[in-house]
Amino acid sequence: MQGNKIIGEAAVLAGCRFYAGYPITPQNEIPEYMSERLRTVEGGVFIQSESEIAAIHMVAGASAAGARSMTSSSSPGISLKQEGISSLAACQLPAVIVNMMRGGPGLGNISPAQGDYFQATRGGGHGDYRTIVLGPATAQELADFTMDAFDLADQYRTPVMILADGMMGQMMEPVIFKEPKPRVYSDSYMMRGAGKGKSKIIRGLILDPLDMEEHNWTLERKYRVIAKKETRHELYRTEDAELILVAYGTAARIAKGAIKRLREAGLKAGLFRPITLWPFPENELRDLAKVFENFLVFEMSTGQMLEDVRLALQGYARIGFHGRPGGVVPTPVELANVVMRQYDRKQGIIEHY
Amino acid sequence: MIVKTIFSGFGGQGVLMMGFTLAHGAMNAGYQVTFLPAYGAEVRGGTANCTVAVSDDEIASPIASEPDYVVVLNTPSLYTFQNRVAPGGSLFLNSSIIAVDPSRRDVRIFKIPASEIAEQLGNLRTVNTVMMGAFLKMAGLVTPDIYLSSMEEVMGSKKRSIIDVNHKAFTAGFEYLEEST
Repeated sequence: MQGNKIIGEAAVLAGCRFYAGYPITPQNEIPEYMSERLRTVEGGVFIQSESEIAAIHMVAGASAAGARSMTSSSSPGISLKQEGISSLAACQLPAVIVNMMRGGPGLGNISPAQGDYFQATRGGGHGDYRTIVLGPATAQELADFTMDAFDLADQYRTPVMILADGMMGQMMEPVIFKEPKPRVYSDSYMMRGAGKGKSKIIRGLILDPLDMEEHNWTLERKYRVIAKKETRHELYRTEDAELILVAYGTAARIAKGAIKRLREAGLKAGLFRPITLWPFPENELRDLAKVFENFLVFEMSTGQMLEDVRLALQGYARIGFHGRPGGVVPTPVELANVVMRQYDRKQGIIEHY
Repeated sequence: MIVKTIFSGFGGQGVLMMGFTLAHGAMNAGYQVTFLPAYGAEVRGGTANCTVAVSDDEIASPIASEPDYVVVLNTPSLYTFQNRVAPGGSLFLNSSIIAVDPSRRDVRIFKIPASEIAEQLGNLRTVNTVMMGAFLKMAGLVTPDIYLSSMEEVMGSKKRSIIDVNHKAFTAGFEYLEEST
């Protein structure tokens, strides 16, 4: 099944009943799929909105009313949604946002890229907030993480982003949909009409600075809990490795291919793959620096996650880098060749900085 | 083992269908598969292509920089992809409409008059299935039985007559290479 459609199906299985979006390549199959699929389930609503900004605010509205809601777009469209994402974070409204990244900045192009890492993991919109960001690397993970994203969004009442790229969206791989967990989300959060009870207010405008500060610290405490409990990563062939590649998403797939080739050439490389990009698995990565001295970060960007790796390793290890931005998808052979050029057993990896 | 194949031709010739049915067949034969269509700013009458990777191990990249097999249904596709085929790989041409000879000497070349064969069967649109027959004859990967049942699965709601003529087209392509090689 195609990546984009997998996300649509997984969302509906997870109980998503509201989708709003505006077309943009390479994620058009998500709204296409949702337009048909949501008609077949009770209470399903699909809206092709007049703009990306309208879509994210419609999602906020549906979420406030208690529906599991989703929107999707690709890089330039996600930029437009930032106001709404900031607002969702402020109002503590759960929502799932899918970004099938393409080349940027600006309109860029429509090829797979990873240049939106900063935007996704640093909040993107204004204000003191964080967004949980999941970085799938296989069709199976697209399905699993989409379902997980809805659970995380509800559990922490916060927007969750799935950060993939054009290749993940367009590629078809076999997939098995897992049984979705039953939804745990209190009715008391939902705006279903007050009736004779007290009115509920959801707001992102808090004029008193002291009240706003308290709200900021409330959110921050929540983000600390998320960072502690929800960090995920994968280790691949690190047991006997002498060099660790660090990559996520599509780049991690390519890295696995490169590792196979490097090992055939006698260089034992392993992979550290962050699965949650925020919270970044920094402690887990730092632990590796106790054993390993040489790391190489590989991204389809000019070096964004690289900064998180440097923060995590804090100078305890040597860090090399290989980046291909702009929509170029390098081959495993290229990456293997780069690693062999940059790494020498005696001198270690050539440091990027 | 990992085998990568690129299918390419005019939009409408069914090249995405070729890749999709192969990926489906290989999946049903127990392999790991990826299918990656060319997407985006395409034009009507332009070329379409897709890449299928089949492996008994996890597939790193679904992109083929040096495909083992390239199947081309029109001349522009031949020009685009002939230099990408891995040395020792194979190139399958629809010789009914590709009049030029490939420039490569280090790959195996199979010429199949697929459009003519399809026309004789009474349905020009089965040109892709004819090519698939010839391709699988040489590539192996999936047995005809598994491929054909997967094709039926993919076609699903299509009319029985359409499925039947595709069966015939597959067999014709499969047998064509048997006779000529």
